[in-house]
Amino acid sequence: METQPIVSNRLTSLFSTGKKNILNVYFTAGFPALDDTLRILRSLEKSGVDLVEIGIPFSDPLADGPTIQESNMVALGQGMTLKLLLEQLREIRKEISLPILLMGYLNPVMQYGVEEFCDQLGSIGIDGLILPDLPLDEYKAFYKNAFERNHLSNVFLVTPQTSEARIREIDQESTGFIYVVSTDSTTGNAKDISGAAPYFERIRAMQLQHPALIGFNVKDHSSFSFACQYAQGAIVGSAFIRMLQASKNLESDIETFVRSLRTGQ
Amino acid sequence: MNFNVNEKGYYGNFGGAYIPEMLHPNVEELRNHYLEIIHDPAFQAEFQDLLRDYVGRPTPLYLAKRLSEKYNTTIYLKREDLNHTGAHKINNTIGQILVAKRLNKHRIIAETGAGQHGVATATACALMGLECIVYMGEVDMERQKPNVERMRMLGATVVPARSGSKTLKDATNEAIRDWINNPVDTHYIIGSVVGPHPYPDMVARFQSVISEEVKKQLKAKTGSELPTHVIACVGGGSNAAGAFYHFLDHKEVRLIAAEAAGLGVTSGYSAATTVLGKPGIIHGSKTLLMQTEDGQIVEPHSISAGLDYPGIGPIHAHLFETGRAEFMAITDKEAFQSAVLLSRLEGIIPALESAHAISALDHLDLKKEDVVVLNLSGRGDKDLQTYINRKSEFMND
Ligand SMILES: Cc1ncc(COP(=O)(O)O)c(C=O)c1O
Repeated sequence: METQPIVSNRLTSLFSTGKKNILNVYFTAGFPALDDTLRILRSLEKSGVDLVEIGIPFSDPLADGPTIQESNMVALGQGMTLKLLLEQLREIRKEISLPILLMGYLNPVMQYGVEEFCDQLGSIGIDGLILPDLPLDEYKAFYKNAFERNHLSNVFLVTPQTSEARIREIDQESTGFIYVVSTDSTTGNAKDISGAAPYFERIRAMQLQHPALIGFNVKDHSSFSFACQYAQGAIVGSAFIRMLQASKNLESDIETFVRSLRTGQ
Repeated sequence: MNFNVNEKGYYGNFGGAYIPEMLHPNVEELRNHYLEIIHDPAFQAEFQDLLRDYVGRPTPLYLAKRLSEKYNTTIYLKREDLNHTGAHKINNTIGQILVAKRLNKHRIIAETGAGQHGVATATACALMGLECIVYMGEVDMERQKPNVERMRMLGATVVPARSGSKTLKDATNEAIRDWINNPVDTHYIIGSVVGPHPYPDMVARFQSVISEEVKKQLKAKTGSELPTHVIACVGGGSNAAGAFYHFLDHKEVRLIAAEAAGLGVTSGYSAATTVLGKPGIIHGSKTLLMQTEDGQIVEPHSISAGLDYPGIGPIHAHLFETGRAEFMAITDKEAFQSAVLLSRLEGIIPALESAHAISALDHLDLKKEDVVVLNLSGRGDKDLQTYINRKSEFMND
């Protein structure tokens, strides 16, 4: 089925190249310091990551483990808000060409106003949005138009427990990639992803229309390269946040972190 | 006006299931099976037997003569405090444990605020021989200590929730995270009419036994099954949902919901959700909740751990929006004084939660011929330490 994509942006361009070993890095906006958002973006681009997810801090991040909970609380404590994040990102496309997704929980977006929020992201040049607690039906009924007119990719999660029928439905409605949650887990758990091979195989065998990235508990070179055997790439979040937390020099530590993820050195 | 949940899990504008994908299979399994399970005659037989012989139902509908005299009206207390374990919470945990068994789950998790739901869950688990893990805010573990010890005696593991204000909301977050990490063998027994569909409806059905009994008992006592007022406190709103349930379509019955005002609705230390809240998403449900302009959930305050919650169940958001129920905000001090009042007038020490419902009597212009049913959701043993420690502060006038 070769049809003109409804949504086309930096993210869909990235995937259309067929690139492998895609590295997607998540970080929380406003962490470690309130104004670090741009600094981190610049370093990540320079270090050669393929795309980034910027987390919108939320007081009650249900799907997150202690590390990301903590980064959310710190960011909120420092005064991060959705409005401020959009201001920080306003001029971003003058210097950053990486695909950028925002990830966050639904309530702050609802309070901001869905239509207005999507229009803002469109005008800034953000490429997509991950809202884990947005139900598929609700997306179709109330969000889809605003996403599409702003060329925002939507990204839905699947887990080891997601039925094949539902994975197909999610694939049908997706306009970016499928976020394959590696294990039954909140983020940053100690669970080892190496036992998940049969599940990753099962997803790969489904030959979905959209590329897949594996996330949750991908934390080092070994888990990253393991995930890349089964999908176009992987997503690193908590491990990156832990590094930021301990960092004395963001620029050089980010570079080292990314190199070590890619090469093991 | 329809007060039942629709097939998508909405009460009017509120409800639904706003959950991350990790919870979807479990919530969907429950949604697909809960009605069929509850309507199964074998389930009903087992449930009704346990409610009668184990929980001690029906609970009395007691004509509180001295309290009635004070308010110059007729007040009946629905004695949920006389249930096994001391509150209405066990109506729900017995129902849900039977559902969990039929879904082949052998690990049970729960959140608790006052500890009453935790104790009721630990009790049901002991009865059925199932593993039980209860999440409880660290602050609540301190102020409801006897219930922590009861849960442990019953064989449950109590896990402190240390995030946020370390109260009910945070315990609920931790329970949800546990379920994300253990999706296969675990059932989450939510303790109120909150959470994603079908929880609010399922819990309301299990608690509806309260109003079912009230109707019969009132008919026997007064000749009419309808009171003029039904009063209940609202944390998440399960005892209120149960007390209102069979009266929802009787417009002539005034439904009064007592919320926790904490130090006062404008004090910044309050849990009066209908006054301070706006529509949003909390714990998987679209409802009224206390939040900042940026959509961050606000930490609530109430002297009563069971009402110390920044949201209300979606059914109550709907009853509020449609005006079907009247909401009243009761301060810590008012509730405390009502607890003392009921103790002295009727020889019944109420839970601090239930004491909020008693205070609603002061805000109603009751007439002699009114017949008020007040749902006494629980007893005050767990609050004794608070009653002792804060007496001088609250009883000084
Ligand atoms: C005695 C008692 N009443 C009321 C509540 C509040 O819960 P709900 O609003 O669900 O009835 C609690 C909760 O812990 C309780 O223990």
